[in-house]
Amino acid sequence: MTEQKIRVLLAKPGLDGHDRGIKVIAAAFRDAGMEVIYTGLRQTPDMIVNAAIQEDVDAVGVSILSGAHMTLFPAILDMMKEKGADDIILFGGGIIPDDDKEKLEKLGVAKVFTPGAPTEEAIEFIRKAVKAKNEKDKLV
Amino acid sequence: MFSKKFLDKLKEDKATWSKKAEKFKDKKSMPRFFTVSSVDIDDLYTPDSIKGADADDHFEKNINFPGEFPYTRGVHHTMYRSRLWTMRQFAGMGTPRQTNKRFHYILKQGGTGLSTAFDLPTLMGYDSDHSRSLGEVGKCGVAVDTLADMEIIFDGIELDKVSTSMTINSPASILLAMYLAVAEKQGIPFKKVRGTLQNDILKEYIAQKEFIYPPRPSIRLITDMMDYCTKHVPQWNTISISGYHIREAGATAVQELAFTLADGFQYIESAIEDGQDVDDFAPRLSYFFNAHSDFFEEICKYRAARRIVAKRMRYKYKAKDPKSWLCRFHTQTAGCSLTAQQPENNIIRVALQAMSGVLGGTQSLHTNSMDETLALPSEKAVTIALRTQQIIAYETGVTNTPDPLAGSYYIEALTDQMEAEAEKYFEEIESRGGVLQCIEEGFFQQEIARAAYRHQLELEKKDRIIVGVNDFVMENEEIDIPVLKIDPETEKEQVAFVKKIKAERDNGAVQETLAKLREVSKNDGNTFEALYECSKAYASVGEMCDVLREEWGEYVETAAAMKPC
Repeated sequence: MTEQKIRVLLAKPGLDGHDRGIKVIAAAFRDAGMEVIYTGLRQTPDMIVNAAIQEDVDAVGVSILSGAHMTLFPAILDMMKEKGADDIILFGGGIIPDDDKEKLEKLGVAKVFTPGAPTEEAIEFIRKAVKAKNEKDKLV
Repeated sequence: MFSKKFLDKLKEDKATWSKKAEKFKDKKSMPRFFTVSSVDIDDLYTPDSIKGADADDHFEKNINFPGEFPYTRGVHHTMYRSRLWTMRQFAGMGTPRQTNKRFHYILKQGGTGLSTAFDLPTLMGYDSDHSRSLGEVGKCGVAVDTLADMEIIFDGIELDKVSTSMTINSPASILLAMYLAVAEKQGIPFKKVRGTLQNDILKEYIAQKEFIYPPRPSIRLITDMMDYCTKHVPQWNTISISGYHIREAGATAVQELAFTLADGFQYIESAIEDGQDVDDFAPRLSYFFNAHSDFFEEICKYRAARRIVAKRMRYKYKAKDPKSWLCRFHTQTAGCSLTAQQPENNIIRVALQAMSGVLGGTQSLHTNSMDETLALPSEKAVTIALRTQQIIAYETGVTNTPDPLAGSYYIEALTDQMEAEAEKYFEEIESRGGVLQCIEEGFFQQEIARAAYRHQLELEKKDRIIVGVNDFVMENEEIDIPVLKIDPETEKEQVAFVKKIKAERDNGAVQETLAKLREVSKNDGNTFEALYECSKAYASVGEMCDVLREEWGEYVETAAAMKPC
C-alpha cells in the first residue's frame, strides 16, 4: 500500500501581508510531495481552524512577521481545542524572538521556525511529526 | 565613444586574451558567477561590451553629463558636491508619544528628515479598538486613529522645518489630511509643507498586500489627492512609486526596476486620463528603490531607472518641463538580506548596500538597523545605522564627484542590459493588457514568487553563500544585542485613548463630514477635500475607511495571484 500524502494547510493570520516566506514554504512542501492548501491573507483563527477541519489536514502552518505572534498563535490553539481539532499539528514561522519562540512551543505550537531556516528542515520536521501522530492514532 | 577601428582590433585582442585565460577556467573560487538576481556575469568587460559604443553620439545619448538628459549620471549637475542626500531613518512604534520621542532623538542625532512607520491596523484602515486590531496595535509602527494622535506625534516639531515621509498606502490620503490639519493648527501655510506620501497602491496588490479597496477606486483616491496637492501643497511628493517591497517579496533587480516603473507609468496615465496636465503633477512623483547586496547590479539599476523614466516622460508622455523627466528616488537597504544569525554582520551588509545607493545617486537613504530580523530596532542599532551614512558621506570620498563609476565597461554594459530587460517586461505587461490586468491574473505575483523560490533553492544548494546562515555558521550562537520589545500596555493605552477621543469630540460634526465623504465617494467630487474635513472633525481612520469600504467594496486576492509559483 502506498503511503498517503501528507496534507498541510498554510495560512497568514492577522493583518500582515508579507507572503514571501509562506509561498516559498508552499512550493517546497509541494515539491517534497505534500498536498498543500494555501488559504491566503488575513485569516482569522476561526477561519484557519475551520479550513483545517474541512480539508482534513495533518498540519497547519502559519506565518507571522508583524509581531502579533503572542496573540495569534494562542488564539489558534484555543480555537483548535474548542473545536476538538487539537490533534492537528500547529507550526509556524516569522520574525519571532527566541524567548517568545520558547513560550509558544511550551504552549503547544509544535515548532517555530525563524529567519534562515532551510525549507529542508521544515519538510523533515513535518514528516516526522506526522509519522509520530499517525502511529499514536493507530494505538488509539 | 570608441572608434570602430579600435573596437575591431579589441575583438581580436580579446580573443587572444580569452585563449590565454582558458587554462585557468577550470579553477573556480565560486560555484557560479552571477548576481543576486541570478544574472550570469561574463568573464570580462571591455569597451566592446557596451553596445553601440562606436556611434558618435553614444555618450551624449546614453550617458551624458549629470543633470542632463537622459540623467543616467544623476538628476543634479553637481550631485553631492552641492547637497548630500537626505538621511532619512524610518521610525515609528507604539503610541504616538513614543514615536514623538524617537523623532526628537533622530533630529538631535543629525537626521535630516523624518519617516513614519504606521502599525498594521492603521495601514489596513482599522481603529485600535477594532477586533481585527487585537495584538497588532503599535507593533510594527505607530498607531494613528484620529487627528489627536498626529498632533502628539509632531508635537514640538515645526512642520515647515522638516520634511516628513509617511509610509502608508490605502489610507494615505487620510494621513496626509491629518498632517495638513496639524500644519494648519501650527499656523504653517500648506505651500511650506514638505514631505512624501508612499501612496503607491499598485505595489500593494503586487507585493506588500496591504490593500483595502479594489484598484479602480483606489487609483481615484490617488488622482484626487494629486490634484489637491498640485493646487495647494506644491512641495509635497504625492506618490513614492515603490520597488522596495517588490524586491523584498523576492523579485530580481530587473523585476523591481520594471514592475516599479510600470506602476509609475500607470499612475501617470491615470492622472492624464483624469484631465491633469503631465507637467503639473509629474515633478512631484518620486521613486523608492531597494539597495540589495549585489553592489554593481544595484548601481546599474538606479542608473537604468533614471534613463528609462527620462525617455518615457519626454517622448511617450510628452512632458515639456525637464523636472517631469527626473527619476528622483529614495533608497532603503534590503531588509530581506539581513540575517538573524550573527546580527552584527548586518552592519557591514548595510554599509555596502548604502554605498551602492550613494554611488547610484540616491536623493535620500534609510539604512537598516542590524537587529531588524529580530524586532523593531533599538536606539543603539538605529544610531549605528545613521552613523553608517555619515561615515559614507564624510569619510569615504565617494561624494567628491558625481557618478564616479560612469565609463566602467561593466557598469555601462550592465546598465544597458537592465534597461533592455526592463523594456522587455514593459512589452509583456502591455501585451497582457496592462498593469491592472497583470495584477488580476497574478502575473507579477507569480514572477516574484518564482524568483523567491529560485533564490531559496540556490541557498539550499549552496550555489549562493550567506555568511552565518549556510556557511561560516557559529554553533550555539548567543545573541547579545539588545532587542526592543513593545510593551503590551501600549495597546491598552491606545485603545483607551481612541475611545476617549470618540466620546469627547463633536460627534454631530463627525457624522456630517462622514456623510459628505459618502456622497463624494459616489459622485464626482474630490475625495481628498472630504477626507480633510473628516480629519479636522476628529473622525477616525477606521470610520473614514469604513465609509469607503461600504461604497467601494473590499479587494480580495485572486487565486492566480495566490499561487506559490
